[in-house]
Amino acid sequence: MDIIIPIKQVPETSNVKMDKETGTMIREGVVSVINPLDLYAIETGIQLKEKFGGKVTVCTMGPQSAVKAVKEAIAMGCDEGILISDKKFAGADTWATSYTISETIKKLGSYELVITGERATDGDTGQVGPGIAAWLGLPLATYVSKITNVTSDSITVERLVKDGYQILKMPLPALLTVVKEISNPRLPTLRGKKKARASQIQVMSAVDLQLNDACIGLKGSLTRVIKIQYPKVSRGGKIVKASGETGLNDAVEALFQFLVEKKLI
Amino acid sequence: MNHVWTIAEQNKGKLRAVSFELLSRGRKLADKIGTKLCAVLLGANVSDETLQELILRGAEEVYFVDDARLENFIVETYSNVLADLIRQYRPHTILAAATSSGRTLMPHVAIQVTTGLTADCTELDIEEGTNHLLQTRPAIGGNIMATIKTPNHSPQMATVRPKSSRPLTLDRTRQGEIVRLVLKEELVDLRVQVIGYRKEAEEFVNIEEAEVVVAGGKGLKKAENFVLLRELASRFNGVLGASRDAVDRGWLPYSHQVGLSGKTISPKLYICAGISGSIQHLAGIKTSEYIVAINQDPDANIFQLADFGIVGNLFEIIPLINAKLAAHKKKEGE
Repeated sequence: MDIIIPIKQVPETSNVKMDKETGTMIREGVVSVINPLDLYAIETGIQLKEKFGGKVTVCTMGPQSAVKAVKEAIAMGCDEGILISDKKFAGADTWATSYTISETIKKLGSYELVITGERATDGDTGQVGPGIAAWLGLPLATYVSKITNVTSDSITVERLVKDGYQILKMPLPALLTVVKEISNPRLPTLRGKKKARASQIQVMSAVDLQLNDACIGLKGSLTRVIKIQYPKVSRGGKIVKASGETGLNDAVEALFQFLVEKKLI
Repeated sequence: MNHVWTIAEQNKGKLRAVSFELLSRGRKLADKIGTKLCAVLLGANVSDETLQELILRGAEEVYFVDDARLENFIVETYSNVLADLIRQYRPHTILAAATSSGRTLMPHVAIQVTTGLTADCTELDIEEGTNHLLQTRPAIGGNIMATIKTPNHSPQMATVRPKSSRPLTLDRTRQGEIVRLVLKEELVDLRVQVIGYRKEAEEFVNIEEAEVVVAGGKGLKKAENFVLLRELASRFNGVLGASRDAVDRGWLPYSHQVGLSGKTISPKLYICAGISGSIQHLAGIKTSEYIVAINQDPDANIFQLADFGIVGNLFEIIPLINAKLAAHKKKEGE
């Protein structure tokens, strides 16, 4: 089973501090990592390969430095990596990004599955996975939390929806976007890291992919960001301390008054 | 025809509440442009009375594509149908809910009809002069609000965060037209089959659409302690949420996870205990109307975002709150 996994590099934000004055993230010293939700896609792909054979190819669109994310995926167990990189790709919205990635996938030959993370934690749109499926005309299952059966020409999955899990059976090739319930991402092994260091990452540019300039990067994007605002971080709410019996009762009483005042009870 | 459309959602013939929230958003936009508001629904076995409610809640027209094969959401056929309707009727704007269906359907449609799409908007407006839809959404972990538009393509499309607006009240004097449409055979894509549904053993939570969410984190110390929060949640008819830490420890299933790698929510009241407030968590709750936080650490990030905070031991505080609410209810009942 040959699998393609498009991933994204995002700023590592779990330890980021906020600037209390401006309400912005303090970005100094923030390193980039593989989008956390993409790790579940990578793990899912590797597990399928281990079970059914085949090859896992990881690809990412980004600057040259994004090669690090590709190598990390190889260290986890992916077989090959591709960096889709060109100055012309900068500023792409989800429409232009899904176009660029789908054109790359077309050049990679045959495959049975494309797996992506449900969304990236920076842009938080979740639009690129379904977009790629639309460009490629692949059957799509989003929010996949479990793969229950795989045959030579079909896959059965559970997807997390509003009131439970919807069970879908679909023909291959198909595209899945996955949520974290699906797997526990493994850590790269020493051997994997060695392999990653030694592997050549193929770089594909707009020319290599024979892309129409009018469909890529900022120029090819159909949406425009026209205004950025920095919302105030602090709500300046009332904070009370609860210690000792009186303190406890007073704090709970104050909360109760708050709830009454705001008509929440 | 330049109308404003909302994509209504149904389940087993019943409309989901988010359909009405979209209509209140759409109503404002349609009035500003001076055009009609239409609700579009795909499904099967939906009664006239149910469709009528879309009119009583703000729509002037309801397009209902009625076919047994549309009973369950299947993105391929749904996307074909919506793209076909768009080509036929040329709407100005389409709003869909930022739910698992809406966030799957709309990016698929955007490619089919070549237009822009903005995800998970919390504010919408119409630009003076151009009539472009101004779509505002939290970005970069909720630390900025970005306003986005699609300047050269139509329709203007956005998904809208559930619970980020209130439905209009039911107005029995409203009138409108229900247009029943037949599913065109060439739009049916049967490659993906729905085989069934599975619910979690315990009652399945839909934290995105809950009015009140009571969430716990690492500070709860173990799964059994969620019983405290479960009681608190039930006193508000709310649902249980959890931080990523709590879900990663297996204390609650992933469907409860609040934050950037879980669900982004906008309840009327968010109460959290033992959650310090990572950037990702705060981004997931930022648009809640009221936030109440209980945490031992006075410097916890969560207090920055709290409308009311208690610094102290949650194992002492929550039982007292539960007792207080119980006493209050009893008093009210007398």
